[in-house]
Amino acid sequence: MIPVAKEVGSLRAIAAGGIVSPTGNPELSPEKEKQFRRELVLRALATLQQAV
Amino acid sequence: MSTTIRVVHYLNQFFAQIGGEDKGDVGPTVKAGVIGAGRALQQALGEEAEVVATIFCGDNFFAENQDQAINELLRHVADYKADLLIAGPAFESGRYGVACGAICQAAKQKLGIATVAGMDQDNVGAGLYKKEIYIVDSGATIARMVPTLQRMAALGLKLARRQAIGKPADEGYVTRGIKRNEIAAKRPAERAVDMLLAKIAGKPFHSEIAPPKFAGGKPAAPLGDLKRAVIALVTDGGLVIEGNPDKIEPGRPTRFTTIPITGVQSLGADQYDAVHSGYDTASANLDPNRLVPLDTMRELAREGVIGAVHEFIHSTGGAHAAVENAVQIGRQIADQLKAAGVTGVILTST
Repeated sequence: MIPVAKEVGSLRAIAAGGIVSPTGNPELSPEKEKQFRRELVLRALATLQQAV
Repeated sequence: MSTTIRVVHYLNQFFAQIGGEDKGDVGPTVKAGVIGAGRALQQALGEEAEVVATIFCGDNFFAENQDQAINELLRHVADYKADLLIAGPAFESGRYGVACGAICQAAKQKLGIATVAGMDQDNVGAGLYKKEIYIVDSGATIARMVPTLQRMAALGLKLARRQAIGKPADEGYVTRGIKRNEIAAKRPAERAVDMLLAKIAGKPFHSEIAPPKFAGGKPAAPLGDLKRAVIALVTDGGLVIEGNPDKIEPGRPTRFTTIPITGVQSLGADQYDAVHSGYDTASANLDPNRLVPLDTMRELAREGVIGAVHEFIHSTGGAHAAVENAVQIGRQIADQLKAAGVTGVILTST
C-alpha cells in the first residue's frame, strides 16, 4: 500500500501487517501478534514525530 | 441569408476602464457597443457577429451581491436579445473569474443562450464552473489577451450556431469531465502498441486515460511530546459496529461512520465487523484490532506513552472510492478531529 499512499500524497506512511490485517498477523501466536502490533504502533507514533 | 449573431461582452470594472480596486463596488452597468478589449473580440468574431453591448460590474459588488448582480446583468443581456455571452477573460483574478463563471452559468440556464468564459485554468472560478460551462484557458497574465479572445470567439460562434464542439485540447477550453462515446479507427491493442512504439522512439503520444489529479497536502508539523498527544484512529478498512447501523457502503463510499469507543479497551469480534468489498475481511472480523489497533493504543495510554486515545474511531469502506468522494470524506473527518483537539492520527489502510 505504500506506493498507493505516496501516489495520493500521503506524507507519512509505513508498511504494516499486510492488506487483510494491517495491524496484525493471523499466522502468529496471540502473544506474538500483540507484540507485533505494539511495535508497529510505536513505529507509527515515531513516524508522526518525524519532520517530512 | 443568415442573421448576425448578437453578442454581449461581460467585463469587470478594471477592464471596463472604470478604475481599479477602488472602483470594485461599482454596480451592474450596461453600455452599447464595445469597451477596451471588446474591440479585439469584435475583430475575432468577424462579420457574422456583432458585440451589441458590454455589461460590467465591480468585482466586490458582484461577490457581495451575486443574485442582484446576476439578475440585473441578465436583464441587460435579454434586452439586447443576445445569442451569445462572452465573459472575460479574467486571467488569474479570482473574484473576476468567479463572476465570469457565475454570469455565464446563469445566462445559459435562465436565458438558454450560448456562453463562453475566459480565465486561467487554475482560477478558482474555473474549478467552480468548468463542469457547467465552457471556459477558455487564458493563462495567468494579460499577455495572451488577443489569442484568448480569438479562441473564445471561435468557440462562441460554434455554440451560438449549435455546431458540434470538439475535444477540449482541439477547441482550447478547460476539460469539463464529460465522456462521449466515439468509434476509433483502430482496436485498443493496436492503439496501445502504437503508443508504446511512439514512446520507445521518443515521439509524442497521447494517453487515452486522464489519471485523476491528487492534491498534495501540506505536511503537518511533527508531533512533539507523545505524552501529551491525543491520537485518533481512522481506517478505510470498513470497521463498523456489529450490524453496520450507519449503513456505510462496502465500496464506492460516499460516507463514513463514527464509532464511539469510550470505555472500550479492545475491539471485540462480537461487537464489531469489517465491511469492505476490496479485501478478505475474515481475519479482521476474527480480531478487529488487526484492522484498528485499539487494544495496543489503550495499553500505551495506560502506560503513559501517549496522552490519550481520541474517543471516536472514524471509518469508511475505501474500495474503489471516487476521488471527489474520498476528498470529501477525508475533509469531514479531518474537520471533526481538529475540532475535537486531536493532535495525531493513525490511519490503517487495507
